[in-house]
Amino acid sequence: MDDLYREAILDHYRYPRRKGHLPEPDIHYHDTNPFCGDEITIELKIQDGVVVDAAFDGRGCAISQASASMMMEEIVGKSVEELKHWGKEEILEMLGIEVGPVRIKCALLPLKVLKAGLYGLTDWPE
Amino acid sequence: MALQTPRTDTALHDETQVTPDRLAELRAQFPILQRRVHGRSLVYLDNAATTQKPRAVIQTLDRYYREYNANVHRGVHTLSEEATAAYEEARQRVARFIHAPSPRQVIFTRNATEAINLVAYSWGAAHLGPEDEVLITEMEHHSNIVPWQILQERLGFTLRYVPMTDQGTLDLERLDELLTERTRLFAFVHVSNVVGTVNPVERLIAAARQVGARVLVDASQSVPHMPVDVQALDPDFLVFSGHKMCGPTGIGVLYGRRELLEAMDPFLGGGDMIREVTLQGSRWNELPYKFEAGTPAIAQAIGLGAAVDFLAQVGMDWIWQHEHTLTRYAYERLAEIEGLRILGPGPEQRGGLVAFTLEGIHPHDVAAILDREGIAVRAGHHCAQPIHDRYGIAASARASFYLYNTLEEVDRLVEGLEKVIQTFAL
Repeated sequence: MDDLYREAILDHYRYPRRKGHLPEPDIHYHDTNPFCGDEITIELKIQDGVVVDAAFDGRGCAISQASASMMMEEIVGKSVEELKHWGKEEILEMLGIEVGPVRIKCALLPLKVLKAGLYGLTDWPE
Repeated sequence: MALQTPRTDTALHDETQVTPDRLAELRAQFPILQRRVHGRSLVYLDNAATTQKPRAVIQTLDRYYREYNANVHRGVHTLSEEATAAYEEARQRVARFIHAPSPRQVIFTRNATEAINLVAYSWGAAHLGPEDEVLITEMEHHSNIVPWQILQERLGFTLRYVPMTDQGTLDLERLDELLTERTRLFAFVHVSNVVGTVNPVERLIAAARQVGARVLVDASQSVPHMPVDVQALDPDFLVFSGHKMCGPTGIGVLYGRRELLEAMDPFLGGGDMIREVTLQGSRWNELPYKFEAGTPAIAQAIGLGAAVDFLAQVGMDWIWQHEHTLTRYAYERLAEIEGLRILGPGPEQRGGLVAFTLEGIHPHDVAAILDREGIAVRAGHHCAQPIHDRYGIAASARASFYLYNTLEEVDRLVEGLEKVIQTFAL
């Protein structure tokens, strides 16, 4: 089958890692992609500027949900400052697939939610 | 599956039958259908979004730009006279196609959306106040919801909705209670772009007439697919888009009852829509020019004229029958797929489209995998979020047909969906 649905993506979609909620998260942020209705909520526990625990919840396509699941595994142990500098490249490398101009929004939704949460935003600036 | 003449419930003349030769001949007139996508021959099933263009339309556009490109209604030079004649002839062709009493009642707009906005701002702003009600339905495309919501903010009228049943039809039992003497306008979709339902337009218009409400019909998914006669239906306004019926993008139509159009103020101000401009004020031009400010979409209008001629030649009865055959076959085959849920009523009550969900698989993933098989379908909320909310889903996938689609293409769709299910194998 196609690269877009390589086994790692499907595996994270079928068996999402760190899916659920944290008891007392320091950061909680939720956003949607109005284009397709994908939804992601991210919760983080922060100690001394480092992510020590993370969870996500959401629904949507395989790309957005796998991206969130993979990102959860990546961010635990990383500093808030480092994560604030994450961009498209980090996510695409993590996913290991080529994503076209339409589906890129699905792939990047979890990052958008993560960064909005880390910057303490209430609304994503347009 | 071989392309056979389908059994139909009504006796048909020979020329309305779907023969393989007829279809092959039609398909040969659409150059894009020769395309390959990801190594497979293209199966284009996104016709409710936009349709492909026959050679006759492409050549008409080409000829206009090569031979007589000029502005209309202005110059006295030869090119301008030719362009003006072709532009106005296109209006006559469109008028004939929908059986409008006069081409003056055919206003060219950008699309159906702009036509609805024209009615909202020109007619609505003059007739709607805090005591009034506008009735629309839960089944509308955003283009027939949002303009009324925006206007409601400004004018303070009440916006009410005819609910949709679980079967995806309008809840007509609620109609008497929702249509009152306060209802100024009943605006509804003829054929839904998601559930596919063909609404009982005569009955809805008659009900609106009883309370003296004006009627706007969104015919975006009906005029391209079935014979529509505006004199027989007699709505106050009817709108559709050219690109969904073999025409170019950027051209749409507002049909209106003449006395209403005459009484309405212009929508946009500018050149071509005036009779006289002084520094003290202006007087409006006659119909239809009053509503066509600025240089119009000349090539696109002429292209739409070629498109309606093409459709008339194919035959609207034939198109409707052919799509019905495809839809009934698609409905039956899709219904056999485990975990697949079709939105909306059975094939006898629907136009040429089927929207569906596959359990556990997001419609975007469905469409992305089908695309790799060369099959183009739409995924998302199809600009009709309230319908999806009604079913408690965020999105759906949709296969929509047109005159050039074949039963083999439905088979390709079903094979593609089997591949989707295998890939996810949840």
